Amino acid sequence: MRLIDIAHARAGDKGSIVTLSLTARRAEDFPLLEQGVTAARVAQHFEEFLDGPVQRYELPQLGALNFVLRRKREYGVTRSLALDAHGKCFSSALLAMEI
Amino acid sequence: MKTVRIGCGAGYSGDRIEPAVELAAKGSLQYLVFECLAERTIALAQKARMADPDAGFDPLLEERMEAVLPLCVNNGIRIISNMGAANPEAAVARTQTIARRLGFSGLCIAAVTGDDVLAQMRSGEVPIESLETALPDPQTWVSANAYLGVAPILKALEDRADIILTGRVADPALFLAPLIHEFGWSLEDWNLLGQGTLVGHLLECAGQLTGGYFADPGYKDVPGLAHLGFPIAEVIPDGSAIFSKVEGSGGVLNRATCTEQLLYEIQDPAAYFTPDVIADFSQVIIEEIGPDRVRVTGGRGRARPATLKVSLGYNDGFIGEGQISFAGPNAVRRAELARDILAERLNGSGISELRFDFIGMSSVHGPQLSASAPEPYEVRLRAAGRAFSRRSAARIQQEVEALYTNGPAGGGGASGSTKEVLAIHSALIPRDEIQYNINMRAS
Repeated sequence: MRLIDIAHARAGDKGSIVTLSLTARRAEDFPLLEQGVTAARVAQHFEEFLDGPVQRYELPQLGALNFVLRRKREYGVTRSLALDAHGKCFSSALLAMEI
Repeated sequence: MKTVRIGCGAGYSGDRIEPAVELAAKGSLQYLVFECLAERTIALAQKARMADPDAGFDPLLEERMEAVLPLCVNNGIRIISNMGAANPEAAVARTQTIARRLGFSGLCIAAVTGDDVLAQMRSGEVPIESLETALPDPQTWVSANAYLGVAPILKALEDRADIILTGRVADPALFLAPLIHEFGWSLEDWNLLGQGTLVGHLLECAGQLTGGYFADPGYKDVPGLAHLGFPIAEVIPDGSAIFSKVEGSGGVLNRATCTEQLLYEIQDPAAYFTPDVIADFSQVIIEEIGPDRVRVTGGRGRARPATLKVSLGYNDGFIGEGQISFAGPNAVRRAELARDILAERLNGSGISELRFDFIGMSSVHGPQLSASAPEPYEVRLRAAGRAFSRRSAARIQQEVEALYTNGPAGGGGASGSTKEVLAIHSALIPRDEIQYNINMRAS
């Protein structure tokens, strides 16, 4: 299944860092996220943009995971030539991931 | 039990004004806070101030004040905002003029300054710790602003300010200060400050807590988004808060919207650094207690850091951009040919990181014709690149326009821009290097 079927997400940015929260729509689906959406899988999903590993933080009482991604210098907010310089649309890109 | 009601009237500089008016009119508020300084906003404002000494504060300050001031005065609501940006003194002077024009005399309006540390940073006498790679060349610096905490806002509240306008202040501090002021919290009760920071963090993006930036039709539906209401926190002395919005306003406030906002721009949820506390959101509990009513508890904290973060704005070259559309049969191949021509013509012209995008689904001739085409009916070619000089960057737009008479058939709607890049670098300086000032004026 695709993550959008069981979860919602939001992206935030701090310079070259993108943060991505991923929350289960139903509490009982949280274990699927916890097992399926590892830091390594997220790093692989966004491979071309990243400089270094992804960090994952777990908030089981909220059914949520939080990911911290470090972008390559050319993808930072102020430097990026992309239309979505902030990386706001990464939340939807994460929800397209299959688990 | 004593409660404090705080509303958030703006989550960024250009935010919509109607929801703030609705909050001031119907929110039963004691405080209305406007958070209007994104990371780069103050650096841009500093450039505006350099061009005009009376400028450099929020461009919507006047419009916002005119819209909410009569309601706030009549309802006894105090206003706190970082709309002072790079020039809080000028923002206060302008607000004073507006208040007088509206017939309000005797209002106390405070300017908080001291966040501008460019001169100290340039002097070389302040120890600076870079948070990223090496500091940019001092020749390119245009602004340096430290994130102040609650102290100057608290002082202004104690001195009975009705309106407080600041420059760079940590966003949650705008909300934490009135809570400390009302409840008499100790500045070293880290758990209370952590919970108060949680309240501020949830409120600071305004509509993002009440269903803005949340809707995904069929997955997450939000009613009445066109009339999105902004959030209110009703806080009790232990810092726990009930979040709501004005009855009848659009949007939705539930566990899901609160969870998204809780983690927005947060890295380690157990260590959210602010000037006043290292907040810990890792044990937060979010409970839905009624329609559009959510209780949030469990924020904690640890001792505040010894350093303050500084946002350093600096010039980082220029970005040039150009776009042109192709439509109808063979549109994609013509766009690709145009890309190849541009790549050759722009080669070796002082432009680096040249990038091409193919944009397009239905913007030229509408969905009907587009859908009938065997290939994308239209595509918009976009070229973007970086250069040290404005002149080199401007060549991208020029070469895209030149495709009209020097490129493939049927290109249309060329456009482009060249802009100076104002970049931000984050650093830390010792807290005791900063001295804030409060200047109070009466209307």
